[in-house]
Formats: sequence, structure tokens, C-alpha cells
Amino acid sequence: MELMKATNIVKDYMVGEVAIRALDRLNFTIDSASFISFVGPSGSGKTTLLNLIGCLDKPTEGTLTVAGTDVASLDRRQGAAFRGANIGFIFQDFNLLPVLTVYENIEYPLLMVQNVPAKEREERIMKLLDAVGMLEQEGKYPDQISGGQKQRVAVARALVTNPRLVLADEPTANLDHKTAYMVIELMKKMRDEFRTTFIFSTHDQKIVGEAEIIYTLEDGQITEREEKGGNNRG
Amino acid sequence: MGNLFKIAIRNLMRYKRRTTLTASLVAIGVIFVLIFVGVTGSFKTMMTGQMTDSMLGHIQVHRRGYIASIDNLPLTMNMKPQAVKKLEKTFQGMPDIESYSLRIKFGGIFSSFTETTNIRLNGVYPEMEMKTLPLFASRITTGEKTIKKGEIVIPELLSRGMKVNVGDTIVVIANNKDGSVNGKQLRVSGIIESITGPGGRDGYVHIEDAMEILRMEEPEISEIAIRLKDFGKLHAVYDSLTAMLAGEQNNQGKPAFEVHTWEDLTPFYNIIRMIDIMTIFIKIMLIAIVLISVMNVMIMAVYERIREIGTIAAIGTMPGRILSMFVIEGFLLGILGAVAGNVMGIGIIYILKAVKITFAFGRQTGLVLSPTVALQDIAMISLIVIVVAVLGSLQPAFKASRMEPIKALRHV
Ligand SMILES: Nc1ncnc2c1ncn2[C@@H]1O[C@H](COP(=O)(O)OP(=O)(O)OP(=O)(O)O)[C@@H](O)[C@H]1O
Ligand SMILES: [Mg+2]
Repeated sequence: MELMKATNIVKDYMVGEVAIRALDRLNFTIDSASFISFVGPSGSGKTTLLNLIGCLDKPTEGTLTVAGTDVASLDRRQGAAFRGANIGFIFQDFNLLPVLTVYENIEYPLLMVQNVPAKEREERIMKLLDAVGMLEQEGKYPDQISGGQKQRVAVARALVTNPRLVLADEPTANLDHKTAYMVIELMKKMRDEFRTTFIFSTHDQKIVGEAEIIYTLEDGQITEREEKGGNNRG
Repeated sequence: MGNLFKIAIRNLMRYKRRTTLTASLVAIGVIFVLIFVGVTGSFKTMMTGQMTDSMLGHIQVHRRGYIASIDNLPLTMNMKPQAVKKLEKTFQGMPDIESYSLRIKFGGIFSSFTETTNIRLNGVYPEMEMKTLPLFASRITTGEKTIKKGEIVIPELLSRGMKVNVGDTIVVIANNKDGSVNGKQLRVSGIIESITGPGGRDGYVHIEDAMEILRMEEPEISEIAIRLKDFGKLHAVYDSLTAMLAGEQNNQGKPAFEVHTWEDLTPFYNIIRMIDIMTIFIKIMLIAIVLISVMNVMIMAVYERIREIGTIAAIGTMPGRILSMFVIEGFLLGILGAVAGNVMGIGIIYILKAVKITFAFGRQTGLVLSPTVALQDIAMISLIVIVVAVLGSLQPAFKASRMEPIKALRHV
């Protein structure tokens, strides 16, 4: 099932009078429940592309549809509502809210973005805490846990709303190698369990190998598409 | 909603020192306003009480035009007996009126047989006057605390200047309405303390002596002072009395009487008004303190949390929610400052009251300052603080809610 489709998307940044082309006519489709990575050197456009897919920004040209919605058609509030309903985010710096506990951080989107009743909230959070192996730490604050643990909490927070798509821009850049692997494995496990599409960007060649479909970006263009196994397509 | 409060409280606790400092600043503002309002309020009440309870009464009724020429104490502008009867009947029908006192005011010559001087006198019914002016008797510092027939209570300054004392005999001479002159010998029975303001240096005689000196067959009253049961109803009673007397017309078809509250009759009312104006300025200062300190702290809070704002905006928090998050923080800061300020302010007022500070007003000394603040004042000040705190956080909160998530997330 097709989850998103990019047709000739272009993204230009204006720096003063000069337009810098960050993405140059990209065409691709991504199916539901796939596990995808965008790789490429610094400045190749990974973050720019993920921002577009995540409805945080709009393409300069071309059309990008995510879950049947044209990203460019959303205004500020609609964009927020769309993201809240369909997309989970994992950040390079984890971006947990420091004033909330592990449990409360995972609860945040259910309370403040969606309106999930208390009982269901608890069920979902407990299930995810268990799945990411953070049950024991649920009462701790972000500054009391390690980076790997923070990212596991962030994975749980991204998944708790049952999104169609989880976006992770360099999710392992601030983690040591072993922990990075664990986080990617966790994401994959979550994909298997919840059938959520995962798209992550990285420039770490070893981590890339974990993806099932790998797009290589260079100077804003897709230069390569590599598919492994292909068992998760369609 | 509860969660917005939880997040706001945790964020306030995150910067304990800053929150404490800001709340303290707000609290200090509240304390100042409370003490100012409490102390001046006490001073105001006392001053008002002195004016109304020892001289003016709460409301006065005269024949129309009398106040304009009160400096001459014109006998021709007194009220006729039947007019006074009508007025008395009206007063008796008004349950808010506690008592009233009829006065004949006149000017004359005061002679101690060795020296003469001018004197302004009030002829009064002693019981009426004492009932209407509860502090009147306390003004008589030497001699009997009453006014008997054949006796006179003279002002302190006159006693000193003319070297006249209790027990001495003096003569009062006055012009009658028709221009002829009459005099009467009176015994000085008491000396009355002067008080600041018009009429504060008048002497007192029994109304029947006044009638005799002025050769009146029946009392022709210059002034009626009225005391109300409830001072708070001053303006309501004034309005209804004015309305009731508006129908009474003189020969020319103009209203026959004029009604004044004590506020119209003493220049001291302006001082009281000044105090009120100062209170307004102090409140404006409080508003400025709260506005600036809360706004400052909230601008800092928004700036420090740009990445957090980017995060919650990215994951789908609605702009309105983000706005409320910060506004609630300002609101709570306001409440914190208001509560702390009220607790300390009331405490300090309580101490000031216990210490019994005395002050002098005009020639009266040893008046005890007893500051109090009304519940309304506390509510009003708290409301101002909280509303202003919310207003102060509105702009930073709005800015936070309008942030572009990608820009905010990139912020370092
Ligand atoms: N806000 C911006 N304004 C101007 N130019 C920008 C902006 N964001 C990105 N760019 C430019 O667009 C191009 C792509 O940047 P992008 O951040 O998407 O790269 P990236 O692949 O994520 O790099 P990295 O691996 O360093 O994160 C770069 O040339 C960058 O300089
Ligand atoms: Mg990037």
C-alpha cells in the first residue's frame, strides 16, 4: 500500500538574493510498513527532505502527498493536526521535555495532542514502556537516564499515538555504536509489531545496512536506490 | 487543562531562584500597596470621622444660597419655623437618619469688659447637637461638657487671646435681623478645642439665648446638621433627600433648600481626594512592576525553551495550547506573588496596628493609627496583579505559539 508519493519535488532556500537548491526534482514512493533510510554526505538534503515528509516545511515545486494529503495544502493548524494524527518524530538530540518524567513524556502526545481517555492511555504507555525496555525507569526524569535510554523513550513517544509514519533525522548521531544499533533494532522491532513506516536519515554507513530500502542523496538528488530482501514491500 | 498547569508549575520550579525573585518583586509591590491603602485608609477614616463627628455632621441642609454667603452668617437667610417643621417631618420619615441638629448661626461682638473682639456663634439644642456630633463633647477640654442656658462655650483661641476662663462673665452683642443691636451677659462654662476647617473656631450657646440676643419670637434656623445611621449610605441618602426637597419651592418658584454632604463643606475633602489619587498612582506603579517583571521572565523563559517549543510544535501541539502553556505560567507567577504579598502585607498591617502608632491631625494629637484593609481591597489588588501577570505573559506566549517548528528545532 502506498503511503507517500513525491513528484518532482524541489526545495530552494533563499539566502539573501540567492536561491540555494537543497532538493532537486525528487521522485519516489514509499509503501506502508517499510523501513527506509536516506543516506548521504552532510549538506546533501536529508534533513530538508525529512522536514518536507514530516509536513514541517513545504516544497518549492512539485507535489508531495503523505497518507493521501497534499502537504502543501495544509496551513499552520492543519499541519499541526495532521502531524499529531499521522506522524511520529524522533530527533537527533532526543528532545524529551526535561520537566516531564519518562512516563509523562510518552504520555504527552496522548494528552496534549490527541485526546485519549485515561485507561487507554495507560495501556498504550505501559505496552510501549515494556516494548522499549524502559518499564523500570518510568518515573525518572530525562536528566537521570542515558542517551540510549532517552532515545528509547523518544521511540516510544513517537509510536504512542499509533502514527502511520515515524520520521527520525539522524536518530543515532549522538549515540555510541552499540547503542545506535540497539535503537535501530528497536525501531525495526516496532515496525514489525505495529506495522508503522519508519524513515530515518543517517550518514553512518554501518547503521544504514539495517534499512530495507536505502536511498542515497547527493547534492539534493537521489543517486541510488538499494533494496534488500524486499520482503516488506507492498 | 490540569496538565497545562502541571507543566507550568514544573517549569516554574525548574528555575527556582528566578521564580522566587520575580514572585518576590510582585509580592513587594503588593505589600507596598496594601500598607499604603491600609495606613491612608485609616488616616482617611479618622479624618473623616473628626470632620463629621465633631463639627459638620454627615449632611447639612440650609436655605438655598446660604452656603454661598456663609462667611457673613446672614440672618436674613435663615429658614422660617414652618419650613423647619416640614423638614423635621421629612427627616423623621427617613429611617436612615439617626439624628439631626438645628443651629442658629450668627456673628457678634464678644466683650470681656476690658477687651472686645469678633465672635461667631452657634445657638444649638445641646442634646440634639451632642447626638448628631458624638465627638462634640470631647472637644470641650475645660469646664462642663454641655451647653446650658445663660452660659457660653468659647473657642480655645479666644480664651487664650482675651484671657477669659471658665466661670468668667462676658457679654455678647449682635445685630438683629432688622439691624437693631442687642446684648446679653453670659457665663463661660467651657472651652472648646478648635479644629481645622470652617466653623472650627466657633463658640456655642443655648439656642434660646441665641433667640433672645437676636430677638427672635420663634427659632429661625440657619443650618441643620444630619447624622446618618450608616455612613456608607451617604450618597444614597443625599440623593433621596435632594429629590424629596426638590419639590419645596420658594416664592420665586425656585427650590427653597440646599443639601450638602460633608464633602462639599470642608476643604479637607480635597486632601482625602488627593490620597485617593495617590493610591491610584501607587496602583499604576504596581501594575508597571508586575508587567515588567513578569514579561521579562516570560521572554526569558520562551527564549530558553525555543527547542522545546519546536519539539512540541513538531509533534502536533496546537498553537493555542502552546500559548496557554506560557500564559498559565505567567498567571501562576501572578498568583504566587499576590498570595505572598497579601500574606506578608496583612501581617505587617497587623503589626502596625498592634504597635499603635499615633499621629496628629490639625490641633488634635494622639490619634491612634489603626490601619485596616478591606477584603475588597485585597481582592482588587490581587485581581490587578493576576490580570497584569497574564497580560505580561501574553506577548511572549504568543511569540512561542507562532514559532516555526523547523526554525525552533534548529535553534542552538
Ligand atoms: N534554513 C536554511 N537556509 C538556507 N540553506 C539551508 C537551510 N537549511 C539547509 N540549507 C542548505 O540546504 C542544503 C541541504 O541541507 P540539509 O540540512 O538538508 O542537509 P543534510 O543532508 O541534512 O546535512 P547534515 O548531514 O549535515 O545534517 C545544504 O546546502 C544547506 O546548506
Ligand atoms: Mg541534517
